[in-house]
Amino acid sequence: MIKGSTAIRLLLGSIPWIGAVVLWYAVRWSGLVNEALIPSPHQVAAKFVDLLLHDNLLLDIWSSTRRVFLGVILGIMVAVPVGFLLGWYRPARILADPMINFFRALPPIALIPLVIVYFGVDEPAKLVILFYAAFFSGVIVMYEGVSQITPLYIRVAKTLGAGEIEIFRKVIIPLTVPHILTALRVALGVAWATLVASELVAAQRGLGAMIQNASTYFLLDVIYVGIICIGCIALIMDLILRRISARLLVWQERAIA
Amino acid sequence: MNGIVKPAKRAQFDHVSLAFETPKGKLSVVDDVTYNIHEGDFIAVIGPSGCGKTTMMSMLAGFQKPTTGRVLFDGEPVRGPGPERGVIFQEYGVFPWLTVKQNIAFGLQLKANRVPIAERDAICDHYIDLMGLGDFANSYPKHLSGGMRQRLAIARAYAVKPQFLLMDEPFGALDAQTRANMQNLLLKVLATEGKTVMLITHSVEEAIFLASRRVVVTARPARIKKIIDVPFAYPRDETIQERPEFGELRSYIRELVMSEYRAQQAQMRPVSFSE
Repeated sequence: MIKGSTAIRLLLGSIPWIGAVVLWYAVRWSGLVNEALIPSPHQVAAKFVDLLLHDNLLLDIWSSTRRVFLGVILGIMVAVPVGFLLGWYRPARILADPMINFFRALPPIALIPLVIVYFGVDEPAKLVILFYAAFFSGVIVMYEGVSQITPLYIRVAKTLGAGEIEIFRKVIIPLTVPHILTALRVALGVAWATLVASELVAAQRGLGAMIQNASTYFLLDVIYVGIICIGCIALIMDLILRRISARLLVWQERAIA
Repeated sequence: MNGIVKPAKRAQFDHVSLAFETPKGKLSVVDDVTYNIHEGDFIAVIGPSGCGKTTMMSMLAGFQKPTTGRVLFDGEPVRGPGPERGVIFQEYGVFPWLTVKQNIAFGLQLKANRVPIAERDAICDHYIDLMGLGDFANSYPKHLSGGMRQRLAIARAYAVKPQFLLMDEPFGALDAQTRANMQNLLLKVLATEGKTVMLITHSVEEAIFLASRRVVVTARPARIKKIIDVPFAYPRDETIQERPEFGELRSYIRELVMSEYRAQQAQMRPVSFSE
């Protein structure tokens, strides 16, 4: 029963991918676009193996994943307490809201020249950009979520005799966990989207750097490999996070998974 | 009031008024309310919806402070919520992240209630049993029906053994059968545990069926229109609803409430105001 439904889910999940590959071939063979501009899926697959064996693609994947992971963890570590305070205390929100929206609207790419000036061109510079992206996307999710926590549960806890610390530990934390997980998911997505920009800063290795370099030499197949790798890793990370969410939030009315 | 020796006063409303400042001027919600709730009383407060009855309860629960006058509990002004005054909210407020059993255990695990760890399990099981939640002890509230959530909220409030229960339209959202079941269950539990109750309701039948005294409240601002003592002794069952006195009392109270409802309709302000 369970096996059957998993199989069906896998099948349903793979249909759009098969469709995308078919469409890819169709566009290439239709002759509408110059063949030189569209490498075929099997050429890209061959390039992927080639890069893996001869160009240490795994190192690029590792460098990028590590950057995204660190940037998101650092960003969320700051976004959670800040977002919580903003969501919980109205005056804090009035104070900080315009400024957060100001900085949130700035595209990380626009900040790169300044980041180079202040943080150099090494690893910290890339992390700063990813941290920036993760923090501002996470903080918004956190404070929107926390500000919507209904006071009813806190009232109930008080009438049962809960003290301030007990309310925080037993009511507010459980109600905050779902928002932390959502913030993580959003930040992870934004961080992957910002990766290429962060690796514009003189990165030696990394999927973003690989794409940059390939574009200089018009190596379209390498660009495709890079893009697909980024998408796949982001997908896998999101899946893992959803698994964790489903485990932690079994009680929720709408299970995420 | 009538010279009969009464048990100790538990809760006192002493010339209590509550008003809000709104952009359109002062909005009076409760106006000069004075009455006492004695040990063992079952008071039902009836009035048209939006009249300020929940606000009265909210002041005794400790969530709102009167603008003038005093709300006393056991002779002391109410300063905030506390476990000796159990509250059953209209919206239930069962904790969705805890299972049925964990919800009931919540209060027992708090420092203020000092329940020895060894006794917690037995108390939980007792109320799970009493409320007929046995099959759902380890389920999350998302799997419960509205009636079961309400029973869970009641079980959780009872578990910390408050001597005083404040109930805000506790059965308002239930269908007729569940509602009748819950009312009977409430009477059964009260008969064995003996508590003082303040029930907020807009149902005249519910008020007559359950309460020992009814406080009829005027349309906003809430004033006491009439206090009516009840001719029925406990224990009660549904059969009293067929007695002629029940019907007479119902017509009488319904007329009182309806006249207030009409008054409220007539003075409807353009500003909508939710309690």
